[in-house]
Amino acid sequence: MDNEPMIERYGTQDRITHWVTAILFVLMALSGLALFHPAFFFLTNFFGGGSWTRILHPFMGVLTLLSFLLLAARFGRDNRITEADRQWGKHLGEFIRNREDNLPEIGKYNLGQKYLFWTLVVTILLLFASGMVIWQPYFAPAFSIGVIRIAVVVHALAAFVAIAAIIIHIYAALWVKGSIRAMTRGKVTPAWARQHHATWYREIRKEAK
Amino acid sequence: MAQQSLDIERRSATTTPSPNMRGHVAEVAKLIDISKCIGCKACQSACMEWNDYRGNVGTCDGTYNNPFDLAANQWTVMRFTEYEPPGGNLEWLIRKDGCMHCAEPGCLKACPAPGAIVQYSNGIVDFHEEHCIGCGYCITGCPFNIPRLSDADSKVYKCTLCSDRVAVGLEPACIKSCPTGALVFGSKDDMRQHAAGRIEDLKSRGYKNAGLYDPQGVGGTHVMYVLPHADRPQIYAGLPKDPHISPLVSLWKGALKPLMSLGLGVIAFAGVIHYVGVGPNETKDDKSKVDKSSEHRDQ
Ligand code: HEM
Ligand code: SF4
Repeated sequence: MDNEPMIERYGTQDRITHWVTAILFVLMALSGLALFHPAFFFLTNFFGGGSWTRILHPFMGVLTLLSFLLLAARFGRDNRITEADRQWGKHLGEFIRNREDNLPEIGKYNLGQKYLFWTLVVTILLLFASGMVIWQPYFAPAFSIGVIRIAVVVHALAAFVAIAAIIIHIYAALWVKGSIRAMTRGKVTPAWARQHHATWYREIRKEAK
Repeated sequence: MAQQSLDIERRSATTTPSPNMRGHVAEVAKLIDISKCIGCKACQSACMEWNDYRGNVGTCDGTYNNPFDLAANQWTVMRFTEYEPPGGNLEWLIRKDGCMHCAEPGCLKACPAPGAIVQYSNGIVDFHEEHCIGCGYCITGCPFNIPRLSDADSKVYKCTLCSDRVAVGLEPACIKSCPTGALVFGSKDDMRQHAAGRIEDLKSRGYKNAGLYDPQGVGGTHVMYVLPHADRPQIYAGLPKDPHISPLVSLWKGALKPLMSLGLGVIAFAGVIHYVGVGPNETKDDKSKVDKSSEHRDQ
């Protein structure tokens, strides 16, 4: 069959949830970094100044959490780590060097993608919890200064891990050709699916029959 | 309070030097002699008057503490403690609480807004509310629990040490009003000397632990106390024995900021290197791998 059809990887709702979360995340990272180090303070200009940045960041944070929870509910099931993933993990070095001949077959996500997913689950929950504790003027007054001091450190560390993970995520999407179309248009070529997610490809094919 | 000045030691969230070309401004200090304070609150009133704020009328809890606490519109309060030394007579301890004007201010270290907190060369730590963004980080950073966020405007306020008066050669309003001489103001050296005389006098009258409170954990302060029981500052309504910037705040505003900023840059740059070095991962159109069927190539 010379015209094997494109394979659907993400439905419309998946894609909308992903991009809403992505835009919110970028806004969160920019508005958070603005207050994190003087070198980034100029970023407050994108949000209407220092006070507006301080006001908007936590409200957008609540939206980010909600949107991310929706995303996690949709993608969580496919991100459970399996034995095949662990085997694949042993070949990570080859994968990074674009040598894919010996990679074990895996499902819809590889181990790196799954780690990214769980890293974000943990860090976004931490960011939310610690963010509430330092949220002036609404919630912070309910906590002791000792607790707030712990929360600011947790918030800064979790933000660092989350932003670092997202930079890697964005890079991976740019690096592995065909990935961006998967999340913008929803479809991948069968060759892409076979090369990167052979087990998933087979499942799709079986269902299609 | 904003005060135009050419004598600035440092500014919050600023990585370049502050205007400080003269470099010969003497450090000032306020000395609060607890043994001479009678708790009349003239200083509280003078502060309200000069700085033109009025707190809300509160309630009475049966003590002389009134108001109970500092507020955005209450920059100093007298804290009363009834203290019974082991085997001794009741002592009524009265401590005038307010900003200590630390040489190493935790508020300034924590503040993310450039120039919202400044430290003048004379040692006064001042909030410039027009630059404040209302995040409350200074509250988190302060070892003495002094700054208060205003409900009215989401800006923080605290004692300015009357930076406006001091800048034109006057003493702070509280000093002017004190009827017993418990409050004195001058250069920090003179205040140390004055305190030494007071401490000698207290010791000669049986307060063998009398001493000066100028805690070195925050680099010394520009508000100092003469304490009759300097070995136990905590009995004076919880004055901390060894105040310093919390290690958590130092971590957060010290090592973490540059390390994490650099870390993010390095990770992003590593991506560039990888792409240039290894190249993109193209779809290889390798039919043997799963089954035989033809493909379009990915772009
Ligand atoms: C999920 C809910 C979140 C809430 C409620 C929240 C809340 C806050 C609050 C209250 C602050 C203090 C400044 C301000 O008041 O605006 C803050 C700072 C910050 N936030 Fe968030 N945040 C959340 C999520 C995030 C996320 C997802 C990121 C990263 C992508 C992030 C990164 C930062 C950073 C870097 C800072 C500056 C921290 C510092 O100065 O050390 N936050 N956040
Ligand atoms: S509340 Fe204002 S003065 Fe305090 S840390 Fe935030 S910006 Fe700085």
